[in-house]
Amino acid sequence: MIFSLYIINKAGGLIYQKNFSEGLKKLTANEYLVLAGTFHSVHAITSKISPVRNVTSSGLEVLEADTFKLYCYQTLTGTKFLIIADSNHPNIDLVLRRTYDVYSDFVMKNPFYTPEMPIRSELFDMNLAKLIKQVGG
Amino acid sequence: MSTKQYKTLGEDVWKNRVEKINAELFTLTYGSIVAQLVKDYEDYQEVNKQLEKMGYNIGVRLIEDFLARASLGRCADFRETAEVISKIGFKIFLNITPSVTNWTSNNQEFSLVFDENPLAEFVELPEDNSANEDLWYSNILCGVLRGSLEMVQMQVEANFISDVLRGDDQTEMRVKLIRTIEEEIPTGED
Repeated sequence: MIFSLYIINKAGGLIYQKNFSEGLKKLTANEYLVLAGTFHSVHAITSKISPVRNVTSSGLEVLEADTFKLYCYQTLTGTKFLIIADSNHPNIDLVLRRTYDVYSDFVMKNPFYTPEMPIRSELFDMNLAKLIKQVGG
Repeated sequence: MSTKQYKTLGEDVWKNRVEKINAELFTLTYGSIVAQLVKDYEDYQEVNKQLEKMGYNIGVRLIEDFLARASLGRCADFRETAEVISKIGFKIFLNITPSVTNWTSNNQEFSLVFDENPLAEFVELPEDNSANEDLWYSNILCGVLRGSLEMVQMQVEANFISDVLRGDDQTEMRVKLIRTIEEEIPTGED
């Protein structure tokens, strides 16, 4: 069960947020923005405080709690994809990669989309919904 | 990754993971873009600039597609970047593999030598004006490289130094790394 997806640009701003399940509490738009910004900062901090010496840490990748798991995929271009799913959903890594595929197709290839700006694309929504349904959201 | 592994990966992605279009349509489309720009601007230097700008816009978007399809990590150094560009990048998008040559001693500059160029397939530059001396027909490629590398935190300058369309022996593009944009590297990747 995939609960929601967040896409954060390289400056830490939220450019896309979608809930895929009914039972989630509705947050205000501002709260989502704050959540994304906070995550961006926490991610940056976690890459610096890794206890393993002499190895560059990649920053937060998975956050596990009792009721959910949060996965983060950071692309080489600095965009972060966050998926919040329930604890026993297999293969979220694959879902993240396929989400990146959908993003690179329907967001980046739209000539009228300005990079780093909020995503408002029906095609992206549609294909994302299809993908989530396919992986058992 | 060795050169052979890059070649294999490039072949694999080209064969299996990219949609293909008709080559004539592509050549005609690009040709009409250049022809229209020449008509509009009437100044070949300006046309070169516009082509580079268009290429930049393509590059900043194309890099995401490239990263999504090739699933590669960050290159260790600029030499590796050159290999990836020629064996995987150009392979995926144009089905050509320009050769990487003429490295400077500090490994900051290299040349890409194109033995075939799908953009310029049936093209002959007009004789009656300075096109032969001023126009770089495939200049969009320089912009594409600049845009896509900028998105992965490398500031480069790319320009053609010779072109068979102009009567030179070979088509050669020079790529120079100006600097690595340290301040934008995503956290955790230093």
